[in-house]
Amino acid sequence: MKKIMHPYDITHETDMVEPLDYNRRSRLKDVDRSFKAEITNIIRLTDMEKLFQIRMVNDDDWKRFSFLPGQFVMLELPGYGEIPISFSSSPSIKSTIELCIRRAGKVTEALHKAKRGAIVGLRGPFGTYFPMEQMKGNNILLIAGGLGLAPLRAPISFVIENRADFQNVYILYGAKNPSQLLFDYQYDQWNRIDDITLEVIVEEPDKNWIGPVGMITKLLDDITVPADETYAIVCGPPIMFKFVCNRLNAMGIPMQRMFVSLERRMHCGIGKCCRCNIGSSYTCIDGPVFDFWTVMNLKEAI
Amino acid sequence: MLYKTIDKQDFKDLIDIHLRDVECIGPQQVATNAKGKPVYQFLPLNAFDDMTLHYDTTEYSAKTYFLPYREVMSTFHFTDHDWTQEINYQKHPRVIIGLHPCDINGLLKLDKVFAKEFHPNPYYLSRRGNTLIIGIDCQKPCEGGFCASVGSDTVTHGFDLFLTDIGDRYFVKVGTDRAFNAINKVNVRDISEEDRKLYLAKRNQFEASFTKAVHIENLPNLLDIEFESDVWKKWGDKCLSCGSCAMVCPTCYCYGVTENMSMDFTKSEKTKQLYSCNLYDFAQVAGGHNFRPGRDTRLKYRYYHQHRGFVDTFGQPMCVGCNRCGRVCLAGINPTDVIHDIQMEHGR
Repeated sequence: MKKIMHPYDITHETDMVEPLDYNRRSRLKDVDRSFKAEITNIIRLTDMEKLFQIRMVNDDDWKRFSFLPGQFVMLELPGYGEIPISFSSSPSIKSTIELCIRRAGKVTEALHKAKRGAIVGLRGPFGTYFPMEQMKGNNILLIAGGLGLAPLRAPISFVIENRADFQNVYILYGAKNPSQLLFDYQYDQWNRIDDITLEVIVEEPDKNWIGPVGMITKLLDDITVPADETYAIVCGPPIMFKFVCNRLNAMGIPMQRMFVSLERRMHCGIGKCCRCNIGSSYTCIDGPVFDFWTVMNLKEAI
Repeated sequence: MLYKTIDKQDFKDLIDIHLRDVECIGPQQVATNAKGKPVYQFLPLNAFDDMTLHYDTTEYSAKTYFLPYREVMSTFHFTDHDWTQEINYQKHPRVIIGLHPCDINGLLKLDKVFAKEFHPNPYYLSRRGNTLIIGIDCQKPCEGGFCASVGSDTVTHGFDLFLTDIGDRYFVKVGTDRAFNAINKVNVRDISEEDRKLYLAKRNQFEASFTKAVHIENLPNLLDIEFESDVWKKWGDKCLSCGSCAMVCPTCYCYGVTENMSMDFTKSEKTKQLYSCNLYDFAQVAGGHNFRPGRDTRLKYRYYHQHRGFVDTFGQPMCVGCNRCGRVCLAGINPTDVIHDIQMEHGR
């Protein structure tokens, strides 16, 4: 007998047959498919944070993969779960991507036990990015508090690689105490670059600390920049960027030239699960990078 | 739109043809509630007479057939130090009979989220593509229903066939070519002037019999201004944070994903489960911080998303006015009451 209704197989759609690329946002694809990737290197940063260097197993996937500073990826640990993590490395490095991850929950706990060579999954990239092109020709303030240096390291790397395109560059970093400082092995390298000022401040110094002590806003006391030729990127806990951005605003920098990166719980990364909603925005598609004016106008953002 | 009429017996024949070949879902009485009223649900049919097409409303919406409460998104199979990811989409054809306009409008709103240009979702689209939808007009407004206030009491698309009872026959809107081919397997007629008049009379009578009305036009503005209002505290204190409202809602689509390892460690299922923004840990992040720890903030967020957030993104509210959440709420929280309260606050 002739079938009255034929099964519709979505996997035969032309979009679905194309190689997977999450940058093609309007195209139909296996939205849950993770690119298989290998942990090639694990660098211990502090007791709580490790830097994971990861590379996709399939070369074709890897060649198609590209991201921008500020975007994030969904990192899959089969059997444990999937978590959103910001890129911590420069997009121009073609050998690996780097993800700086704090041991904070079930998945990250498992990840911290993983060994080099472990196979994980990557889904992405997702979200908005810092508008680095738009910032070119200006002074730039790169400000991070605590774990905020992880996402900030991507624009820092971009600025260093394209040093000629920017005027004065300031990297300001604050942490609770010296043992929590991330990427401390890179400070000397950043500081030696012409016209890059690096300042690190801690709230609770130990006996070996010789740098400044206090809140991150203190570092702004010594900085004078022409307000109309300056952009700022601020990453850190909400309470920190609220103080920093208000301070920058008082210095005359327009709120639309300050960019922050927000964090929320996420289960999909593609604007479906609603877990990351802030007011009427999705952190995963309207963010995670927002300008400060938008953040001020979002309900419950800070 | 093509309009036809079909005798009720011929419609039964049409469904019988489908019943032989594919899974058919329809509204069935499953129980009687405390007030002695029948309780209906959309369930698979064995025979045409299993369903009650003149039902008033179902307890749950039909969204579960498009967004199942639990769905395995993918399965990881483990070998030594490696794994493979297996993904399957639902691909068996299905007919859903008896969807009311609220359910069809609900699907149209879900389409905006899952079927349009931003990361279209194959799980949803596969189910949508495999489902023939036969809708039917309500006999009269259901208890507390305010669909007319949110423009969800009529449908012009989003279905394959849409029926209106005009006595011994149905007035049929034919929405798709596959439905056109299907109905030509039985006797259908072009509409007559009398059919047209009967249909319009039926619609007029229906539209005049609403007892609930809600003005939603000012809500996007109002919800923003009244974000700190005490009204939220009042309703939040009643809310039990059980998530029943989201479960029965035709448009609530929030979900959570968990991974479950098999007992022998050979595979792990990545499972999506519909969630509710009223549940405590909805916005809790690793490390323990909760962005919406209070019941009032979570209840408020649900209204904010439906009547402000969704409007910002898609130009229309998410709510279809079916009042399922109002009927199911254990604490007696009714959407019309909450909205009126917010508007009263405004008028003070």
